[in-house]
Amino acid sequence: MAGKKTNNIVTKQLLTGNEVALKGALLAGANFFAGYPITPTTEILSGWAKVAAKDPKLKFLQMEDETASGFAVIGALLAGKKAWTATAGMGHVLMQDPLALAESYRLPFVMYVGQRGGPSTGTVIYSQQELTLARYGGNGEGLRIVYAPANVGELYHYMQKAFDTAWKYRFPVIVLGDGYLSKTQTTVDLSEKVDVVKSSPYFLNGKIKNMRNCFSTEDQLVDHLGFMFKEFAEASEEIVESESFRTADSEIVIFAWGSVGYAAKVAVVNLRNKKVKVGLFRPITMRPFDTKAAIKAVKKAKYIVIAESSAGHFGRIVRETLAQATDATYIRLYKPAEGITTEDIEEKILEVANV
Amino acid sequence: MSNPRFPKVVKTESKPSNFCPGCGYGIILKVLGEVIDEMEIAPRTVFGIDIGCNLLAWDYFNLDTAQTHHGRVTPMISGYKMSQKDSVVIGIAGDGGLYAIGLQSFIHTAHRNEPVTVIGVNNSVYAMTGGQAAPTTFDHEITDTTPDGKFTSKKPIFGPEMLTEFADDKAFLARGSVNNIPVLKSYFKKAIETQLAGNFSFVEVISYCPTNWKTNAEATIDFSKKLESIYKTGIISGK
Repeated sequence: MAGKKTNNIVTKQLLTGNEVALKGALLAGANFFAGYPITPTTEILSGWAKVAAKDPKLKFLQMEDETASGFAVIGALLAGKKAWTATAGMGHVLMQDPLALAESYRLPFVMYVGQRGGPSTGTVIYSQQELTLARYGGNGEGLRIVYAPANVGELYHYMQKAFDTAWKYRFPVIVLGDGYLSKTQTTVDLSEKVDVVKSSPYFLNGKIKNMRNCFSTEDQLVDHLGFMFKEFAEASEEIVESESFRTADSEIVIFAWGSVGYAAKVAVVNLRNKKVKVGLFRPITMRPFDTKAAIKAVKKAKYIVIAESSAGHFGRIVRETLAQATDATYIRLYKPAEGITTEDIEEKILEVANV
Repeated sequence: MSNPRFPKVVKTESKPSNFCPGCGYGIILKVLGEVIDEMEIAPRTVFGIDIGCNLLAWDYFNLDTAQTHHGRVTPMISGYKMSQKDSVVIGIAGDGGLYAIGLQSFIHTAHRNEPVTVIGVNNSVYAMTGGQAAPTTFDHEITDTTPDGKFTSKKPIFGPEMLTEFADDKAFLARGSVNNIPVLKSYFKKAIETQLAGNFSFVEVISYCPTNWKTNAEATIDFSKKLESIYKTGIISGK
């Protein structure tokens, strides 16, 4: 790709999602990566190994499994490194163990996930079945931020932003993509740089910390949780993001996220050309959820079409969020572990519009 | 009678200790504290603990300390050490944490020759959960899950010996006992020196668990002697 040149960097490049996730993290100052190979995110691990081999400031550990990778990331975070990892599927399950500790210790744990079809090893391209795991995995209350980029360009932005959000608010951040996003190769504009806060060490900084996650009494844990709930709620006000596209006059509102959200947006553009009053609500933070914007988006809605590559992970959130807000009829376009194309969505909307 | 002297690095405001009466951890931690004092490494030392009775040491020292999850202290301290080369990292875990749930991380920490020091406490049982069989439970030992001595393995896991298969030639692998404090102290010191020289070190310690062994003072010593007859103390690998 030709692309314009600024500061000797070709700003437009032909890249895969995995390559873009890596570039975004590096631009955000990531300097430690520990991981374990798993399709469809292995190229992030191997890509990091290649850049780290040339730059001694970039640390790399290929671990024995994802659990160990997550705990190595935790060790690095305690030392003040902008540490991160990438995984998928069963690896994402194993990562919930370190992630729970990161929640308890308020560590800025950053992780990219390329969802894959499940249960079990399933498939590796289309899936939105790890949403509940990303939001509420681990034995706790899901005190983490989950960004869902819709396309490779957004991935570049949110991969950088993940580090800023993590270090600013000290909650773990997951960038939740899928195999399709990871493996798609497309032209990406790399000129955007997100401002990212500096990291700092938890340990050996002049003030001794005795950190524990095992409490002696219920009261101690309840205090700890209460404090974290308050801070999570306050942070959520600033973190929450969504896109409401052509929803103001929409009688049909599509709810979709991630890769499916992108397909839905194109469908809305096409259908609007055919005078169909359709819009899209697309959450960008899957947790916290932009409840206010979601409710606003369905003001005129008679039909709410939930489109997702799962059998209801997202649908359950939508129906719970909108329970008191609308009398609209729900239409489900659920294709668990299958891709949902613009055409699939257009067909479904035309069906609904012609009722 | 004067009060027993504690190492400077011990956090006295955390007293009294959380360990059961007669537990070996008090000895192990005190000896470790003495070594940290003598080597004058406290300002750059990070202490990692696992799950099990060792988690009760979360505020034992005036050292930056992080408790981790079951068997995960080795990857955590490895990540820390890689990020902070000048630090001294010491991880402690039980025989369950290192030889069962955390075994693969334990092996790979040695295999990668991570410059960290690991202390493994062998009391032949899962103590915090009430005395179930551990990988170190010996043949016919009666525990909560080996009633009548059934379901035991004829050959328990010998941690430092096992690591000779995986560890670098420059690694330090040893087994000490709370029954021999001067030797245990020399092993801890050697282990930390090995880390400072850039290599992996591991010291297993034969320790007491009168609560789960259901032993009085005399029988506790007898039980630990029996463990020493099965698990030979000494330097297994390294100079």
